[in-house]
Formats: sequence, structure tokens, C-alpha cells
Amino acid sequence: MSFLTNIINGISLGSVYAIIALGYTMVYGIAKMLNFAHGDIIMVGAYAVFLITSALGFNPLVTVLIAMFLCTFLGITIERIAYKPLRNAGSPLAVLITAIGVSYLLQNLALILFGADAKVFKSVISLPPVKLFGGQITITGETLVTIILCIIIMTALTIFVGKTKAGQAMLAVSEDKGAASLMGINVNATIALTFAIGSALAAVAGVLLCSSYPSLTPYTGSMPGIKAFVAAVFGGIGSIPGAFIGGIILGILETLAKAYISTQLSDAIVFAALIIVLLVKPTGILGKKIMEKV
Amino acid sequence: MKKSLKFASLVLAVSMVAASLSGCGAGASSSDTFKIGGIGPITGGAAIYGQAVMNGAQIAVDEINAAGGINGHKIEFSFEDDEHNPEKSVNAYNTLLDKKMQILVGTVTSAPCIAVVDKANADNVFMLTPSATATEAIAKDNAFRVCFSDPNQGTEAAKYIGAKNLATKVAIIFDNSDPYSSGIKDNFVKESANQNFEVVAQEAYTQDSNTDFSTQLQATVDSGADLLFLPIYYQDASNILSQAAQKEIDIAVFGCDGFDGILGLDGFDTSLAEGVLLLTPFSTSSTDEKTQAFVKAYEAKCNGLTPNQFAADAYDAVYIVKAAIEKANLAPSASNAEICDALKKAMTEISYTGLTGSDITWGADGEPNKAPIVVEIKNGEYVVLD
Amino acid sequence: MKTLINKFNSDKTFKQNTITYAIVIVAYILCQSLILGGVMSNSMKGLLIQFCYYIIMAVSLNLTVGILGELSLGHAGFMCIGAFTGAILYKTLGEVLTFKPLLLLICIVAGALLAGLFGFLIGIPVLRLKGDYLAIVTLAFGEIIKNVCAAVFLGKDSKGFHISLKDQAALNLEDSGEMIIKGPLGITGLSFTVSFTACVILVLITLIIVLNLVNSRTGRAVMAIRDNRIAAEATGINVTKYKMLAFTISAALAGVAGVLYASSLSTLASSSKNFGYNMSIMILVYVVLGGIGNIRGSVIATVILVLLPEKLRFLSNYRMLIYAVVLIAMMLINWSPSARAKRDVLLSKINIFKKKTDEKEVQ
Repeated sequence: MSFLTNIINGISLGSVYAIIALGYTMVYGIAKMLNFAHGDIIMVGAYAVFLITSALGFNPLVTVLIAMFLCTFLGITIERIAYKPLRNAGSPLAVLITAIGVSYLLQNLALILFGADAKVFKSVISLPPVKLFGGQITITGETLVTIILCIIIMTALTIFVGKTKAGQAMLAVSEDKGAASLMGINVNATIALTFAIGSALAAVAGVLLCSSYPSLTPYTGSMPGIKAFVAAVFGGIGSIPGAFIGGIILGILETLAKAYISTQLSDAIVFAALIIVLLVKPTGILGKKIMEKV
Repeated sequence: MKKSLKFASLVLAVSMVAASLSGCGAGASSSDTFKIGGIGPITGGAAIYGQAVMNGAQIAVDEINAAGGINGHKIEFSFEDDEHNPEKSVNAYNTLLDKKMQILVGTVTSAPCIAVVDKANADNVFMLTPSATATEAIAKDNAFRVCFSDPNQGTEAAKYIGAKNLATKVAIIFDNSDPYSSGIKDNFVKESANQNFEVVAQEAYTQDSNTDFSTQLQATVDSGADLLFLPIYYQDASNILSQAAQKEIDIAVFGCDGFDGILGLDGFDTSLAEGVLLLTPFSTSSTDEKTQAFVKAYEAKCNGLTPNQFAADAYDAVYIVKAAIEKANLAPSASNAEICDALKKAMTEISYTGLTGSDITWGADGEPNKAPIVVEIKNGEYVVLD
Repeated sequence: MKTLINKFNSDKTFKQNTITYAIVIVAYILCQSLILGGVMSNSMKGLLIQFCYYIIMAVSLNLTVGILGELSLGHAGFMCIGAFTGAILYKTLGEVLTFKPLLLLICIVAGALLAGLFGFLIGIPVLRLKGDYLAIVTLAFGEIIKNVCAAVFLGKDSKGFHISLKDQAALNLEDSGEMIIKGPLGITGLSFTVSFTACVILVLITLIIVLNLVNSRTGRAVMAIRDNRIAAEATGINVTKYKMLAFTISAALAGVAGVLYASSLSTLASSSKNFGYNMSIMILVYVVLGGIGNIRGSVIATVILVLLPEKLRFLSNYRMLIYAVVLIAMMLINWSPSARAKRDVLLSKINIFKKKTDEKEVQ
């Protein structure tokens, strides 16, 4: 029974990783940049919900919507000020370093604005836990909502990218920016839209992360951010279903490694698994193989 | 490339010259004051502890200065950030030396303290750490501490649980990346062999994996333990308690001094901590007049934030330094080495009563002798048990 | 002497390299005279050795990122290996070998060799990958090294060495036994110091190795692979061999930096503060800000960026916030095409820069 519980815990953790990874993978796929500040937008989203709930006491759903709006705004602003000027900088590393700078900036801004003390996040989900096998297995409301929401978001994104005009534009930009702009696609607007979606997802991920694991500090987002990045690479970065699968696998792997091998080494085991996957499939589980042109 | 570099260095050089100039302005000081330095993390993941110490010590300094200082000399206090990183801690120590520091109240956390204690010993600078618990943190003869050491706490906790028959099977969740936590755990396990209970699970986590505790909680349930021992700091503890509540796991909890402060956490549902026992030298709800005055001063200084045990340790540390200086009858004109030698001797002669204990005395090894008290959380308040 | 001057004037790379060495040597002489004059502050004295090992880190990472053209996010892992190798050797050999300089030399060489060996072993799988996938795998290796080093317990008694990944009790040490690595607490009671002079010599050796490599036949092969792998392969360059060579040298140099890191503190513990991906990224920041592939730039940028947070101390808890703002601003000024264009216009108006504008950029 405890094995099953561990699997469920792993899926729960994995769903949070998956939602973060979806944002990562969208941004990477279209803008071709590793947005190291993504994890910190999660933190901003969680703080927004925490502050709005404790100060104004709105309905949780309204609060989450406001947080999504704030994070979207933040994401677009960061893209405009810090990333866009470097899009043609000659080296992809320039924008990577700037993203790290933005990450430090958000963390330290939060440290000064909200203090170093952890905030205990009050879960926005009020579902009671579900008991299975006569109470031997408990699935918390947070777990259920996270898993369901993760599947909904993944499906919605797949449909959005595949069926809508804006989604098609994203695909075109990710294939070839120059050609896309020649076809009349507004590349700047498309990239901004990608950041908007990614940041809104980050807000949702922040709320779900802190609902399940309720300690909120300025550094809450950074480790899950890195793990989600690993998950996105695991599944094949740029692929939406890949991010989902990668997240879930990573969550289960981490939980099982902690439960049955060693807590200290669980991260090492997860990273070792990543290395093995990439050696067998160099572009991740669902990643496309890119032909090299001369 | 070269050009851009030249430009960047130009911009930087200008900004840095400006920075160092303004830095110098703050360092102007007279030789008529005791210069006390503090080091701890005020940015980064451990910032909460450093900030508590910085504020707690500042309150004590302000009080002492308002009351006329030590032997008629005022105190100058400056606090430097170390990001909980030994390398940065040594940098902070060197910066304080440049500011003519004579006595160090620090460092706050164990790993940096181990690095700094060697340098301070070589320079013959007296140091009193409010909160570094590792044995090695005060391995040198110039270093003393206010808080309990790890061995002390682990052993005391095991003895208390045994003496009161609180449990037959105990599970432990501890932070393996923190010497404080793993130190207490090791000694707790060692002492448990002499007691009437059994340690059935030892579940570790690290600071890189302190969000999800589901596996550790599951292992606790599987082990059939009837008491959960948490030798960890309160931020992670609040996370564990919340997750246990979500999973409807009901188990008695025993904590250490790091647990103290949990009730002051913003947004924490105090009913989750109901019935938690903890071994601590300090409690904010103590009716003691001194404690109440300190809590009030701290809340006024820090926008209503409740002081934790780190703040109280730091507050005491400054007063202990004062007591030792008065005992040794020192003047600020003395050299660092003279102050260090005199204070080393004075520390073993004084007996101090403050927020974190009564009639505390020190051995030459730097360890305090004080009795921990056991506190129970009842109706969202700390209640002192006998 | 005359031939040297002639060479200096005619051979451009020789001139550039000489300037780089000269900067280091002049800086060293300046620092030494300030120390002897007793005017150098304690905090600067404490930083000197840090400059040295971070310069070695940045230069060695620049070999991977700038010359080889592969993004590595796990460079701190090699530093970790070097640091632990050096510290363990020092602890175990310290009683037998009393001649300190020889002991230090052994530690440094061993740290370099072991880090190089790990670089070689890790390079075999890693260098088959490309781009961001390579970056993430190096990050993974770095994190694995850091985590394993933080979980190891190593003790020594009359029966020899005991090792465990669980806890100290699992070692079953005799009472007379001595703990060497105490898991997350690491190694304590290290008392070896490498002098500033020795550190500067190591920096110079690093520079000589890297600069000579860059300007050699091997270096040109490595850069050909960076610029176009397929074309390089077509001209008969053994791609794997040269990639491995550059990566291994880079790792070995990081190992040297690790030994210096261990020597500068009396305690060595592996944590996300010192050997995690954050440190790797920090070094990458030095490299990118100094100019990718520009070795002298790495040296200068490292000194500036190590000094910056120390000089910002007066800002108290706003320090890291301002540091982040400065970092973003420097990146935008240095790398944004539009800012560069504006700056070039501005600079061409200033006379001293004028004659340099037509000078080709050295990549």
C-alpha cells in the first residue's frame, strides 16, 4: 500500500513539475531561450495570491485570476525590457545571463518587499481528501485538483497550438523567425504572447505548488523551476505532451528514489536518469530529431 | 569585443569608485566606543536567521547605549551579510576588521562559523556566537556561544521523552544538509539506546528538497511510530505539519529550539501545532518582564514580526558581552588581543540571566551551562511545562 | 631582447598575450607593494586569493564555452572534485609529509589530475550531445557530484579507510579513528594555505596553457569545430579527440581552482552555495560579461564581478538587489545590438578610442 501511496505522491509532485515545465517548454520552443527566471515568476504568483487572500479575502478563483493577470503583465514586461533587446545579440548566452540577472532581481526584490520569513500559504483548494481501500490510501484534494488541472492545461495548449491562428503563428516562429515574418506573422507579438501564456501558467503552478507544499519564501520557485526545466528536457524540450510526461516521470522517480534508495541522493538519482535518457534519446523522450544542415 | 569590455570596465570603475567612497563615509568612528561586529545571512535562503540576529542585537545595543553604554562607553554595532556561505563569511569578517571591529557577535549559522572561528583565532578576536550549534563552531578557545550545542539538545530531548514515557517508537525527520539538525539527530539516536523507547525511522531531507515531505511522512506512518521527533527549524516544520494535516496523519510531535517561532509565521494555522512539545530556552509568551519588553521592542522595530529564538540569542549575546567587559573592566582603547584574553577569562567567571536562560555560566570550552525548558503549544500559545 | 620587441610589434597574438600576462604581473606587483606598504585593507587581502581561483575557473570555463563553443553548466562540479581531492590528500598525507610546499604541489597536481579524469569520463557521453541538451547534462553531472560529495562519510582508523553514504555510525570506526569527511558538514580543520604569490603563479600557468593552446594547431582545430563541425570533420579534423582534449584540460584547470578554494578556508563542505549550479552559472556570468572566447576579458570581468558585491556591502540588504540590476544593465549595454550601435557613435566622438575603432576584434 505504501508503494501505491508513494506513486500517488509522485504523480502529485510530478503534476506541479509538469505545469511549470509546460511554461518552460513553450518559451523555449518559440523564443529559443532558457528562461531561468521562470521559477521566480511562480514565486511572484504565489505571493500575489497569498497577499490578496490575506488582505482582501477574495474568492480563491478570483484571486488566482488576478495573480495570473499580474504574472502575465510581469512576464511581458520582463520580455520587453530584458530579453527583447538581446534577441539578435549574436550569442544565445547573452539572454541566458540576463535571465539569470532577472531571477536574482525577482528573488531579492521579494526578499525586501515580503521579508525573509516564510509565509504559510493557505491552500486555495477546499476539497476533502479521498480515501481508498478503506482508508489505507489518502489522496488529498490538492493532489486531485493538480492532476486534473495539469491534464486540462496540457490538452488546451495542444489544441491552442494546433488549431488556432495564433498557435500556428507560434509554430511558424519556432521553425524559422525570418521566414515567419516574411509570411506576415508579427514575430514580436507572437513571442510576447508566448511569454504571456508561460507566465500565466507559472502563476497557476505557483498556486498549486504552494497549496500542496505550503511554505512560501522568496526562493520557493528556484528549485522547482530547475526540476521542471529538467522535466521539460526529459520529455523533449519544445514538446507540450513531452513536458507533461517528463514532469510526471520526474515526480514519480524523485519520490520513489527518496522512499526506497536515499533521500540525500534523490536529486542525484533523478539527474542520473536524465543523463541516461538523453544518451539513449539525445533530444528527450518526445523530442524531434533535428537534422543538421551544412 | 575588446571595446565593449573597455566600456563596461569604465562604467564599472566609475560606479565602484562612487561605491567605495560612500562606503568609507559610514566607517568614520572614534576610539571611545566599543566596536562590535555581527555576521550572518541577511540575503539568500537563510536570511531569516541572520535578520533576526541583526535586529535582536541592534535592540540590545540601542538599549545599552541609551542607558549609558558599557563602563560609560557607547557601542558601535555593524552587521555584515554572509549569505550563509563560508567564503562570504570570511569576506564579511575581513570587512568588519577594516571597520576596526573589536568583538564579534557571530556568526549566525554553523558552517560559516567554522570557517570564521579559525581566522578570528589567528587574529585573536573574541567571538560569541548567538546561534551556531555545531561543536566545531567554537572549537577554538576564543569562541563562546549562547545557544545549546547539538549534543546537548539531542541528549536532553531523548532523556525527557524517556523520563516522561512519551513514546515507545519514535520516528525522526531531519535536515541532512544542516549540521544543526543532523548533529541533534545523531546524539538523540545515541542516547535513545539508554532509554525506554526505540527509534524506528530516520528520514532525511536536504535544503534542496524541502518542499515535498510526502515520502518522509509515509515512512513515518509505515514505521508505526507514536512520536515524531523534528530536530529542524520552524519553516520546514510548518511545512511538514501542514502536509501531515492534508494527509490526515495524526501523530504527536516533539521539537527542538529551532521549532520555536512557528506560531509567529505569517499565515500559519496554529491549530496544526496544537500539542507540540518543544525543548527550548526561550519563549515569546513567557510572562517574564524582560522577555515581554524585548518582544514589544522587536515587534515595534520589525513591523510586528514576532521575534524568534535567534533574535533572543542575539539580544542576550550583546548583554553577555557587556557583562563580560564589565567583569574584566575593559576600556575601548585596549587592543583586540588584550580584549580577547581578558574576555576569555571573564566569560568563565560571569553568571548571566537573560531571555534564554537563568544563571548561565560558561566553561573554558565555550559551552554554556543552562537548563532547557520544555514548552507545550496549547491554544496557539506556548505553555511552559515543568 | 630586440627580437622580442620586434616580435611584439609584428606578431599580433604575441602582443595580445604579452599584454594579458603583463596585466596580471603588474596587478600582482601593485598588490604586493600595497601589502608591504601596509595600506591594503583586510577585506582586499582576503579577496586576493579568491580573485585567483575565480580567474582560473573563468579562464578554464572560457576554454569550454568560448573556444570549444559548448555551454557547460556544471563547471563547479570539477571544482568540487579538485577541492575534495586536495583536502583529503592534505588531511591524510599531512602527518607523513612535513615539507609543506611539496605537499601543496602534490595536492594541486592530484586535484588537477582527478578533475581532469572526471572531465574525460564525463566528456565521453556529454560531448556527443549538442547545444542546450549538452548544457543540461553538464548541469546534471555537476549536481550529481555536489550531492554525492555532500552525502559521503569518510573515516580512517588503523584498519584503513571506511566509507559510507548513510551516516557516521555506519562507518564503524574504532575509537582512535578519525573522521575525514563528515557528510554535509564536510571536512573541517583544514590548515593549509597557499600564498598569494603561488596563486598568481598558478593563474599565469593557466593563462599560458590556455593562450598557447588557443594559438596552437590544436586550438585552431578546436575553433574550427566550434565554427562548423561538419566542415571541420570534412577537412579531416578528429572532432571527438579535440573536443575531449579541450574539455579535459578545462576540467583539470577547474580542479586546480578547487584546490585553491579548499585551501583558502579552514572548512570544506559541498553545498548548493559553493558547488551547485548557481556557482557554475556565476562563473558563466564572468565569462559572458568578459567576452565569450576572450581570455583577457574573463580575467578582468572576474575581478570586477568578485569585487562588486563586496564593494556594495554598504547597501546592506539591498546589496544583492543592486547587484542584479547592475548585472542586467551591463548585459544590455554590452550585448544589445542597438545599445552597441549607440555606444559606438558615442565612443567615436571621444578621441582616445578613435584609433582603436578600426582595430579588428579578437575572438
